[in-house]
Amino acid sequence: MVTIQDNCIIKVRNVDFYYGKFRALTDISMDFEKNRVTALIGPSGCGKSTLLRLLNRMNDLIDGSRVEGEVVFEGKNIYDQDIDPVEIRRRIGMVFQKPNPFPKSIFNNITYGPRLVGVRKKSDLEALVEQSLRQASLWDEAKDILGQSAMMLSGGQQQRVCIARALAMKPDVLLMDEPTSALDPISTAKIEELIEDLKKRYTIIIVTHNMQQAARISNYTGFFYLGKLIEYNPTEKIFTTPDVRQTEDYITGRFG
Amino acid sequence: MKWRYIKQNLFFGAVRLSALTITTAVVAILFYIFVNGISVISWDFLTLPPRDAMTKGGIMPAILGTVYLTSGAIIIALPLGVISAIYLNEYAKQGLVVRIIRVGVNCLAGVPSIVFGLFGLGLFVVFLQFGSCILSGALTLGFLILPTIIGASEEALKAVPQTFREASLALGVAKWQTIYRIVLPNALPGIMTGSILGIGRAAGETAPIMFTAAAFYTSKLPASIFDEVMALPYHIYVLATAGTHIEETRPIQYGTALMLVALVLGIDLIAIIIRSYIRRNRRW
Ligand SMILES: Nc1ncnc2c1ncn2[C@@H]1O[C@H](COP(=O)(O)OP(=O)(O)OP(=O)(O)O)[C@@H](O)[C@H]1O
Ligand SMILES: [Mg+2]
Repeated sequence: MVTIQDNCIIKVRNVDFYYGKFRALTDISMDFEKNRVTALIGPSGCGKSTLLRLLNRMNDLIDGSRVEGEVVFEGKNIYDQDIDPVEIRRRIGMVFQKPNPFPKSIFNNITYGPRLVGVRKKSDLEALVEQSLRQASLWDEAKDILGQSAMMLSGGQQQRVCIARALAMKPDVLLMDEPTSALDPISTAKIEELIEDLKKRYTIIIVTHNMQQAARISNYTGFFYLGKLIEYNPTEKIFTTPDVRQTEDYITGRFG
Repeated sequence: MKWRYIKQNLFFGAVRLSALTITTAVVAILFYIFVNGISVISWDFLTLPPRDAMTKGGIMPAILGTVYLTSGAIIIALPLGVISAIYLNEYAKQGLVVRIIRVGVNCLAGVPSIVFGLFGLGLFVVFLQFGSCILSGALTLGFLILPTIIGASEEALKAVPQTFREASLALGVAKWQTIYRIVLPNALPGIMTGSILGIGRAAGETAPIMFTAAAFYTSKLPASIFDEVMALPYHIYVLATAGTHIEETRPIQYGTALMLVALVLGIDLIAIIIRSYIRRNRRW
């Protein structure tokens, strides 16, 4: 297990999570280092998405769900009474498994969030769109069709619009739930490159089912099984000399 | 031929027959009204008030009255219905209370329109002392079409993909803004459809306005929402049942019915055009 001393941006402490009576996560404690990529892996249904959505309070939307324990972001528990989940989600952005652009133009997809938090000037919005699209490495493909509906783009392009849309809110952390699982290898490679680039400015936590992907892009990897964090170590260690037998079995595909 | 194909053909035959029956009925009714009513339709008929104990002249006050009552009903019921639907679908915890409210709404949809008329009479005309006027009639009709609008709005809200809501909320956009900026615009075409049905119903009803708004005869046009008005369905009813010249005024009755149908179809057409325009601009 790793404990990150300095530069820790999110600390999860003894978290249990329930969907009604069903406990989806058991006693999770884990630290996320700033400006690093952390991968969450594990078999289907082990609670990766649940943990991810817990980090920006997206699970609040689910009726009957309940959190115990603490998620500390910048020294405050985000589940404290006086914390506004809206504010948390602004600081901790999210990209979903299926690309989900709004049925609006590319331009309006990206400016939707910033406009609602008070960016009004046309020149500011235009600059923001360019910056976000460049960061999402979509600028060259999209700069001439900003007025076109984002729904008309390919899946890979749509996913990058969604990344740009999240980045336009200038978050500190970017949560990504299997962002490439619906994409072809070329779009996947593009997004992996992009993640490499983004970690200079953002902290990235990514769920993936693709072991090579986790090995390629992440600094740390956490392996989950049945709602428990089985092993959390630097990625290199996990993929060469894991501490736990179960991790090794899963990574080498001997799991069953 | 195999039994399977016979069954399939029987089924398709039954489906075609039902479709044909409905279409024939609609066309027959429209045709009948058209043939009987078209002879009296003229510019004067549409722009003049009735005269000579309503055996001659036009129906302009009734057209205007129906337009006022129907618009009033929509102005009242649309916001109320949409807001209720938003509450039921977006905010309320799904449970017993919401289920009871839904059952209530459905029951409301099944209440006979004469009951709405009496309710309007009791509440608006008598208790609140609005008298028999546009306001009372519009309120009564508004309540009448509320269930239709709530139902259609809820369906429309449900049809907005959950992923849109999640995408917006995940950006740190507040829930009410998500509903206002993302959910509502995408539900709008569906809500429009509900309103179309509501408009048709409100324009055609007689019983709810009989005690609350409709005048037997007035030649003057309403000056405020506290005035009585004539209305097309009530005018037909009066001419066909209560006058001393029932047979003599048959053409006028059919002409009025034709106008009512044309008015409702016209409103529907406008709503359909607006809806398809919104749909086209949504591009998805
Ligand atoms: N909204 C929900 N209501 C009830 N149970 C849920 C809900 N969402 C997830 N679960 C349950 O919680 C457990 C963890 O689900 P979760 O989606 O976090 O898994 P996951 O690791 O992301 O799986 P996958 O790799 O398939 O995406 C599963 O057993 C699932 O059935
Ligand atoms: Mg998942």
